[in-house]
Amino acid sequence: MARKAYIVGAYEHPTRYAPDKSVTQLHAESALGALKDAGLRLQDVDGYFCAGDAPGGNPFSMVDYLNLNLKWLDGTEIGGCSYIRHVRHAALAISQGKCSVALITLAGKPKSSGQATGTAPRDVGPDRPDTPWDRPYRATITGIYGMLAQRHMHEYGTTSEHLAAVKVAAAHHAQYNERAVLRKPVTIEDVLHSPMIATPLHRLDCCVITDGGGALVLTNAEIAKSLSRPLVKVRGAGETIKTNRAGYIEPTTSGAVVSGKLAFDEAGIAPDDVKYASIYDNFTIMVLLQLEDLGFCKKGHAGPFAAEGNLISGKGRLPFNTDGGGLCNNHPANRGGITKMIEAVRQLRGEAHPAVQVPHCDLALAAGPGLVMGVGQGHATVILERE
Amino acid sequence: MHTDTKSFAYLQDPYAMAYPETAPFWEAAEQGQLLLKVCKDCGRAHWYPRAICPFCGEDDTEWKPASGLGRIYAFSILERADPPYALAYIELDEGPILISNLVDCNIRDLHIGERVRAVFRQSQDGRYAPFFTKNL
Repeated sequence: MARKAYIVGAYEHPTRYAPDKSVTQLHAESALGALKDAGLRLQDVDGYFCAGDAPGGNPFSMVDYLNLNLKWLDGTEIGGCSYIRHVRHAALAISQGKCSVALITLAGKPKSSGQATGTAPRDVGPDRPDTPWDRPYRATITGIYGMLAQRHMHEYGTTSEHLAAVKVAAAHHAQYNERAVLRKPVTIEDVLHSPMIATPLHRLDCCVITDGGGALVLTNAEIAKSLSRPLVKVRGAGETIKTNRAGYIEPTTSGAVVSGKLAFDEAGIAPDDVKYASIYDNFTIMVLLQLEDLGFCKKGHAGPFAAEGNLISGKGRLPFNTDGGGLCNNHPANRGGITKMIEAVRQLRGEAHPAVQVPHCDLALAAGPGLVMGVGQGHATVILERE
Repeated sequence: MHTDTKSFAYLQDPYAMAYPETAPFWEAAEQGQLLLKVCKDCGRAHWYPRAICPFCGEDDTEWKPASGLGRIYAFSILERADPPYALAYIELDEGPILISNLVDCNIRDLHIGERVRAVFRQSQDGRYAPFFTKNL
């Protein structure tokens, strides 16, 4: 990207339980929150990005509700990583001059609607070609990630204690976040003694289920420099869909191998340069997979890396999810992509909680998978720089 | 394979009927036979069955009987269900790995690499689908 784009607005809706509000209203409140953060108005928006959580599943209704006048729009839906992709797409559109103020929104209410996200099979219609072949087996999300975790243990010697160390780090950070759903620090033993959901994953290996929302605003250099917010530049990005390889699956490797390399190549930096990482933590195992596939650890080494405390801010080599992440803080709409972007922006601005703020944080990464197909899934990575 | 006197259950199953091209699979499954789609050009079997070969891009695939034998590639016991059940990836002897359940065996005594064989059971939608058991 020759001309760079900047994230100037980032807003995490404070709610975690919203029975009294519509998904539409949560989108709108998140949009206004991010625009206010940026010092911009709804009328300034000429690019809009949303995913399948938007009412109707595409941009139309939110664009109409917000009464936007757009030059660019994008309804890319690849599950929870959609918003990390949207940052890439928005940055590209801005760099090409196709729009000047891009708004990305997410919202949803799985908590107040009583959705059994991880423990009930998803009821999907016959339109997806994989459904007739999967549906008889009552696969749950946690069961699929359980198989991933078991296979990683089988191939690399990863242990339940290694997985638990990811949760311990997230919970350590969450104690400082007054809005986090789970603020109590936990020990390895706490995780191992929590109820087994789908072997080998315990309850505390799984993320929280929350209502909520979030939004981001991106703009060009000229407008960004006219605003009063710190300059957070999109330095590199990548995305992919990792398929099931027509049955020859590789469950211990994620799409981060592709999206991470694209992002690092575009940014012109190496994993060692990253000061802070937001890593989508729907389950503890997914953090370990991504640490390896993004290049922070060799394959099979992420478990010991986490167990040594390396994910804990102020202690380790790669502070992660300093808001408490999806494991403790928030997982609005069962989609963790936007909160990953938001905490990365906070870190680069120096606006994270002082207890978890990474000193001199000038390069941050946000990455995450999307859609639950276990071994075939989307992945997106963005690298941000404080100018 | 089809006989006029038998009415196959999959014909009433919306998930099977949404993909008319997969009818031979469900018809064979109902008679206890596992079929795989194999590319006539490159010779590789793939999963789930498709009209085109996802490896070489040719559109000349054919149904071939599979051994029905394989190994446990990974599994997870879904402990929150009543009763708990075993979700599994099964690596077929022909190569592809498919998702299924382990049935008719003790789910508290499962191990990666163990030999399993296909058994066919009627799914909630009507079609018969391959499940796997350690009882060879």
